[in-house]
Amino acid sequence: MSTLSDKKLVIRCLQKILPAASVLYEAEDLRPYECDGLSAYQQVPMAVVLPETIKQIEDVLIFCSNQKIPVVARGAGTGLSGGALPLENGVLMSLAKFNRILNIDTDNRTARIQPGVRNLAISEAASSYGLYYAPDPSSQIACSIGGNVAENAGGVHCLKYGLTVHNILKLEVITMQGEHLSIGSDALDSPGYDLLALMTGSEGLLGVITEITVKLLPKPEAANVILAAFDDVATAGQAVSNIIADGILPAGLELMDNAAIRAADDFVNAGYPRDAAAILLCEIDGTRAEVSDQLESAQQVLRSSGATEIRVAEDEQQRAKFWAGRKAAFPAVGRLSPDYYCMDGTIPRYQIANVLTRISELSNEYQLPIVNVFHAGDGNLHPLILYDANIEGELERTEELGGRILEICVEAGGTITGEHGVGMEKINQMCIQFNDRELLQFHAIKHAFDPEELLNPGKAIPTLHRCAEFGAMHVHHGQLPHPELERF
Amino acid sequence: MKNDLSDDLVTQVVRAYTENTPLVITAGGSKAFYGNAVEGSALDVTSHTGIIEYQPSELVITAHSGTPLVELEDALKQNNQQLAFEPPRHTDHATIGGAIACGLSGPARPFQGAARDFVLGAKIINGKGELMQFGGQVMKNVAGYDLSRLMVGAQGTLGVLLELSLKVLPKAEAETTLVFDSDAVEAHKMLRGWLSDGHPVTASCHFQGVLSVRLGSTENSIREAHKKMGGELASNDLWPQLRHQSHPCFQQDNLWRLSLPPAAAIHNEDNQLIEWGGALRWKVSNNDLFEQAQRLGGHATRYDMKSSAGKSGSAKTDSSDQIFQPLQAGMLAIHKRIKHALDPNNILNPARLYEEL
Repeated sequence: MSTLSDKKLVIRCLQKILPAASVLYEAEDLRPYECDGLSAYQQVPMAVVLPETIKQIEDVLIFCSNQKIPVVARGAGTGLSGGALPLENGVLMSLAKFNRILNIDTDNRTARIQPGVRNLAISEAASSYGLYYAPDPSSQIACSIGGNVAENAGGVHCLKYGLTVHNILKLEVITMQGEHLSIGSDALDSPGYDLLALMTGSEGLLGVITEITVKLLPKPEAANVILAAFDDVATAGQAVSNIIADGILPAGLELMDNAAIRAADDFVNAGYPRDAAAILLCEIDGTRAEVSDQLESAQQVLRSSGATEIRVAEDEQQRAKFWAGRKAAFPAVGRLSPDYYCMDGTIPRYQIANVLTRISELSNEYQLPIVNVFHAGDGNLHPLILYDANIEGELERTEELGGRILEICVEAGGTITGEHGVGMEKINQMCIQFNDRELLQFHAIKHAFDPEELLNPGKAIPTLHRCAEFGAMHVHHGQLPHPELERF
Repeated sequence: MKNDLSDDLVTQVVRAYTENTPLVITAGGSKAFYGNAVEGSALDVTSHTGIIEYQPSELVITAHSGTPLVELEDALKQNNQQLAFEPPRHTDHATIGGAIACGLSGPARPFQGAARDFVLGAKIINGKGELMQFGGQVMKNVAGYDLSRLMVGAQGTLGVLLELSLKVLPKAEAETTLVFDSDAVEAHKMLRGWLSDGHPVTASCHFQGVLSVRLGSTENSIREAHKKMGGELASNDLWPQLRHQSHPCFQQDNLWRLSLPPAAAIHNEDNQLIEWGGALRWKVSNNDLFEQAQRLGGHATRYDMKSSAGKSGSAKTDSSDQIFQPLQAGMLAIHKRIKHALDPNNILNPARLYEEL
């Protein structure tokens, strides 16, 4: 715990490394950084720094390393798992000033980007060359590419185009000791270990990313979307499997339950079938001929799978309208309730009907409404729990309910986080998804990069001590201990 | 045939760890040439075979690491699916574990993805004999560090692969090969144009004045593309030859694998076999090509398929039999620390990649 004089000394030292305007320490200047997208948790840091050069980042890290001051890196602060939640005795390093697109290489179809650049800004800049950057998390107008790499962000188009790790080639990283690592390559592979895969999704724990080389793809010649309505969620879930089994790989495949349909329709007037138990949005892209062929096949599958209604967008405007509701799902749900808590779990696709039933049962048990939006294409589920933080104890009950939903995901053979990351939010559930040896293995990897544990401590990987305290029942890879005992 | 040797393998690794005796992880042996010779007792995973789970509509297959690739791919073919990264099967003994451990991908790599892109999860034994599982069976899984993908290309030096869950993709409805007479420079320009235009190219090869391009898509889409691209129809036989490296190019002595940015300078006189839209080049050279590759933004690998294993190669550049591109000092240091985190006594395939690991 820093004393006041320590704090002043730290700030004076930081002011020697960075210009005055880049070091924040007054209470009102620190407030905007007290939380990220998980606003239920707030903590003001000791200081915020906004470096503008690589040297400044390096010097801050070396200084903090020598003084044993923890550092939390922050992109746009849109993260939903509290990964950028500051520490009281730590420095928050915002990469917001690293906001330049350094180079677009149309020969190699890559771009060199600074970490603070917004995800959508990359596609916007590449657009005039007929190129785009595929991973499209729903927060893309605001989220940063550096944050995307830290979380291995996905998005609607993940089924066909992959996660962030599949769409980047190279990272420049600075470790907590101030060492520069050039990870990956401008070529399609690099010698030695796949550190690019290791660094991606490491939630700011292994190094600070200072530059990213992303892959750009040619914009597809054509794209179209089908909206299919179902009178039963299980049928919709089965239709998803049928589409995949038929050999169609949609660019996007999304499912919304009735509550989500109504909320979205109310909000943006998307024209959704309000009585459907579930709707599927199935997007196909590729060459014009491919899209035509696959759209035909997809419709046939949806029909024979029991869709009660099938609509195919007739033009770009209609396509945008079909998607508008889905893209606005979260803010739409935000109108229904003073607060909502967005969960993020992944399950094998075939489990969707089963898991949604269990979630509905839990919703009744806790008397908290839940709206479901589902990246059906890859099994990534976003149950949105509606609550009112002003009601005493409601946040706690909501979190408990959220935890139980994640446990269901693990039991169903899935994972506790598909794309939002563990951060501090799901750190307890890590005790359920992994056993002690695996957690210790993660810590050993962490120590290879940051032996003093100064970079984003307390996030993502729980200590064994914490797991013991949490006392969670261990569900190891879908197998409960004593399976003969009845539960749930 | 399913056979679970996990317990036995764990016992062997635990013993090796406590006694500090190195292990040579062996299975099909088809890629022995792709690395340095390892000295130690054999840890044979060959019999640890069998497909554990395969749900075509889930696009996932899970199998024991000793499962022959032939068997795995047969099961996929029956459901019109494929390992989209097209791993080489140098012999029929090639296993899925070996394919992932070596991380080699075939002609489709830039268009469909690399071996590592399809790994969803792995069950491994680390260098302390501890059984652990990372990832799972779902693509979107960001819990914990990505240790399952870290195993790809590590050739067993970070863990013994026991079980792998891989994403699979539907096979294209149809496949066609087009050929064009062209020099290397012109070929590259044409290819670049076609890729920008979004034509369904799934493989490319330029060799000795001929550019071959594979199209994979629906029949209609291929027909449309052919109309726009031109070229003569040819048989699809070239691609398995490239994928499994039975093509005459791979029989040459002093062959080098150059992995470069696709638009790295191409010269007609280089007499290379160029794949991956320019990003993979095969070239004969008596001198080592590490510096040249680095200057061009990539890396080189000595690719002597006839050797049963290279002589011990150091990460320093003074060894004339160096197989893999030397690592910078900082990079080597982090490699050693990661190796130590997973295999503190260095018993798993020591020195297979670099002497220092």
